[in-house]
Amino acid sequence: MKMTLHIMRRELRAMFLSPLAWTILAVVQFILAYLFLSQLSEFIRFQPQLRAMQQAIGVTDIVVTPMYGSASFILMLVVPLITMRVISEERRNKSMTLLFSAPISMTEIVMGKYLGVVAFLLIMIGMISIMPLSLMLAGPIDTGLFLSTLLGIILLVASFAAVGVYFSSLTVQPTVAAIGTFGVLLLLWIIDWAGARVADPNATGLLTYLSMLRHFESLAKGVFNSSDVAYYLLFIGSFLTLSVRRLDADRLQH
Amino acid sequence: MSKDTLVQVEHISRYYGPNAAVSQVSFELQRGEVLGFLGPNGAGKSTAMQMITGNLAPSAGRVRICGIDLLDQPRAAKAEIGYLPEQPPLYRDFTVDEYLIFCARINGIARNKIKAAVQRAKERCGLTEVSRRLINNLSKGFQQRVGIAQAIIHSPAVVVLDEPTVGLDPIQIREIRRLIRELGNDHGVILSTHILPEVQMTCDHVQIINKGKLVFSDRIENLNQRMQSVSLLLGLRQPPESSELGAIDGVKSVEILEDRHFRIFHDSENSPAEGIVEQAVKNGWGLFELSPERKTLEQIFVDITSNETTVEEDAA
Repeated sequence: MKMTLHIMRRELRAMFLSPLAWTILAVVQFILAYLFLSQLSEFIRFQPQLRAMQQAIGVTDIVVTPMYGSASFILMLVVPLITMRVISEERRNKSMTLLFSAPISMTEIVMGKYLGVVAFLLIMIGMISIMPLSLMLAGPIDTGLFLSTLLGIILLVASFAAVGVYFSSLTVQPTVAAIGTFGVLLLLWIIDWAGARVADPNATGLLTYLSMLRHFESLAKGVFNSSDVAYYLLFIGSFLTLSVRRLDADRLQH
Repeated sequence: MSKDTLVQVEHISRYYGPNAAVSQVSFELQRGEVLGFLGPNGAGKSTAMQMITGNLAPSAGRVRICGIDLLDQPRAAKAEIGYLPEQPPLYRDFTVDEYLIFCARINGIARNKIKAAVQRAKERCGLTEVSRRLINNLSKGFQQRVGIAQAIIHSPAVVVLDEPTVGLDPIQIREIRRLIRELGNDHGVILSTHILPEVQMTCDHVQIINKGKLVFSDRIENLNQRMQSVSLLLGLRQPPESSELGAIDGVKSVEILEDRHFRIFHDSENSPAEGIVEQAVKNGWGLFELSPERKTLEQIFVDITSNETTVEEDAA
């Protein structure tokens, strides 16, 4: 456990030593700030009408959740760039030997690297979340909805990272890892589009269940369903197990 | 097994497809011993090193470090190993200090002892002055030293160094060799190289590996004996007939080389150098060169492999 933390700290530090991390943070922040502000001005424009409505929808529905929705899509593009180098680069520089020769298990190595990426993504989500939280200066927001959306995006992004770590363990070329990760994420994102057109309702159900987006959407509506949380946890667990097995295979006879 | 047996390797093999990179290699390493692993390129040295350090699982056989099986209890066994692979495993965007602190941590050094361990490793490898520099900006020699510092930071019982002097300048090579000797006093060291003098200077015990097989394993003195010259290189300004040279006591045969040089073959115990000089002075041959020829590693390989002496497992 302690080893996992050491590796995680190193991973996080290494990320901030490269300009890539800073650039990604800046670009994501900028784009989301733009979307946030345009959403907010929309809200201000319609505020009189909204006030007149019976069951008024508030600022959280109109400004906050759509922003996290956009964030989820942007992060799908960005996470592969962050995860691509975690294992592949160490393979390429042959520095993996350092970890393999130290008294650490493969699971600790993978977990450390994964948590390093997740910690970075949490920093990013934290910075994004400052914007909706700033609305609290002006008035109340729907805390329940906000927290459930936040949980949704954290789980979603953590799943992205698990796929990314796995693909990074497959190759020595960071770009290959990034493209592979992106392909899988996009496929899992849109898998239910086809589902909607299949006549067989069982198949539709399965494809919809597999879609990463569906589970996020319900959390973003404020519906906390433990099956959605379980989906993400299983997803993360599977890909991390695959990564551990992949690293083990480096050592073993095949 | 005595208490000071640090490494026990029993019949390890590793196959890549049908090719055996290493086959049936066995040996032991005692405390206070420097073991040289010699072999030409591609002989299987690095593969053997990787198996000893747990980076590669052997296809067959077992490795025990301080009596702990490397496959059954990798964590306990690896804590006793320090490994410098062919290419030092460095994080190039870290400073030397940051890197060594990380190495100390993942090797399980207690928090309050990390500082002292890093300091000691830096002193031993002569890195104190570059502590705060980025590894990427250091010269090859310094990077190599950082690699060694990493391997000894947790004072492991066994230090495994894979070609540690490659790419260093002569002064650095000397320093590193001195360091290896020093390490050999209280650790066990396994050193792989293809440079023969390096082994002669630093090792107590030599093993030669060729095509994945251990072909020679003995103490260094015995290797030196094998290397003793059996020929002299002779240069004469006014050379006589080669039959005259052949008549000198102890000369077995004479080979005429270009540019007034001769190669004189003789018995290993009985060098005719003295006799040749005597004759040369007496007859005015104009002696300008006389030197014993040392065997190269290649010749020793030819010798050893042609003598079909595949070493039995426990020659150590």
